[in-house]
Amino acid sequence: MAQHKVNYTQDGGLPVALTSIDKIVNWGRSNSIWALTYGLACCGIEMMASGASRFDFDRYGTIFRASPRQADVMIVAGTLTKKHAEFIKRLYDQMTEPRWVISMGSCANTGGMFNTYSTVQGCDRIIPVDLYLPGCAPRPETLQYGVMLLQKKIRANKAGNAQKAKRLM
Amino acid sequence: MRPYIPKDNVQAKSYYTDRYYVAPQVPKEDVSTDEVFAADLAAISAKFEVKESYLQVGQLVVYINAKDIYGVLEFMRDELKYTQLTEMSAIDWLAKDNTFEIFYQMLSMTKRKRVRVKYFIENGQAVDSVEKLFRSADWSEREMYDMFGIVANNHPFMKRILMPYDWQGHPLLKTYPLEGDEFAAWYEVDKIYGKEARDIIGPEIRDTSRVDRYDSERFARLGYEVPKGTKITGDEPKNPNPYQEEGGVFLIKKFDKESSKIVDDPQR
Repeated sequence: MAQHKVNYTQDGGLPVALTSIDKIVNWGRSNSIWALTYGLACCGIEMMASGASRFDFDRYGTIFRASPRQADVMIVAGTLTKKHAEFIKRLYDQMTEPRWVISMGSCANTGGMFNTYSTVQGCDRIIPVDLYLPGCAPRPETLQYGVMLLQKKIRANKAGNAQKAKRLM
Repeated sequence: MRPYIPKDNVQAKSYYTDRYYVAPQVPKEDVSTDEVFAADLAAISAKFEVKESYLQVGQLVVYINAKDIYGVLEFMRDELKYTQLTEMSAIDWLAKDNTFEIFYQMLSMTKRKRVRVKYFIENGQAVDSVEKLFRSADWSEREMYDMFGIVANNHPFMKRILMPYDWQGHPLLKTYPLEGDEFAAWYEVDKIYGKEARDIIGPEIRDTSRVDRYDSERFARLGYEVPKGTKITGDEPKNPNPYQEEGGVFLIKKFDKESSKIVDDPQR
C-alpha cells in the first residue's frame, strides 16, 4: 500500500456517518442560523455584544446579515414603535422560509416600560414569535441560550415537510 | 391606622392625578438689576411693544405680541448679538384660558446671556415661522406642529416630524391620553392588516402586571410551559428546558462537566 493512502481499517475507520435526511437537514439548518441585523434599541447593544469576540456568536454558526433575504431568524432587539410597525412586517415578509423570530427583551415582548401611545405592546401583534426572551436588557448569555433553544426547536421539526405557514391570521 | 385603599387595579391608574397642577414659581426680579439685560430690553422696547418683562434664574423673559416675533428675533440676532435659537416650543394652557404660550430660548455667545421671548396665541391661530432666521427652528416648528397642532406660516416643510404622517391627534396636548386614544390603540393593526383584523388580534394588553395562567401561547407560564392550546388544569409538572435533547445531538458533542478536566499547569 502506497504511503499516502489512508488505511481505513486501522486509522479510526471509514469517514462515514449514517443518519436520516431529517437529521442532516436539520443539522445544517440549526447550525447556520443567520440572523437579521435588527437592533431597535438598547437590546441591540447586547445583541452586538453577543456577536463580538467575548461571547462569539460565530460558534453557533450565527452570522448577522444586513439583508432579510439572507436571514433565517429575526431577533427583534428593542422597542418597536407604531411608526416602525409596518417595516417589521415588511422585513418579515421578505425573509425566506423557513424563518423564525426571537423577541428579545421586555419591550419587544410586551411593550415593557413604554406603556404609551407610540409603542407597540408586544411585537407578536404584528408577526408570529417563536421565542420570547425576558430581561431588560437580556444578557448575551440569555440570547445565546435562546439561540440554542431555537436550534433545539428546529431539530424537533420534520425537515422534509414544508414549514407550516406561521401567520398571525 | 392608614385608610384602606383598594389596589386591585392600581396598575391601570395614572400615578399623577392632577393633570393641571401648576408648579410653584421661581421669584421674579426686576430687569434693572442687570445692566446688560436692561440695555437689551430698552433697545427692544424702543422698536416693539413689550407687554411684560422680568428676570428669572438669571435669564431675561420678554413677552411680546405674536405678530412681532419675526422682527424681534431678527433685531435680537443682528443688533443684540443673540445669535442662537437653542430651543422653541409651546405650552398648553387650553384648560386655563384656551391659549398656547410659545417660547423662544435665545443665546448670546459673546454676552454669555440667555433671553426667553414669549407670546400667547389663541387655540387654532397660526404663528410666523422663524426658519429663515434660524435653521434650528425648522425641526422645532415641525415638532411643535406634530405635538400641539400649531401651524407655522411660511415654513418650507410643515409636516409631522416624530409621529407618522398619517397619525391623527397631537400627543403633547394635555387632553391627549398617555396610553393613546382609539386611533392610536389600533394604529398598527388598522394599517397593516386592516380594520377587520381587530377581532382576531384583539385589544392591547396594557396591564403590565397581568399574568394569565390559562394562556398557553405566551410566556405567562415560565418554567411550566405546555404545548400550544393545552387545557390548563393546574397541576402541570415543572418543565426544565435544557438547551439540548437527552439523547444527544447528531454530530454535536455535549459538554460534560464530570469528564472535563481543569488544566492548572501554567506551563501547559
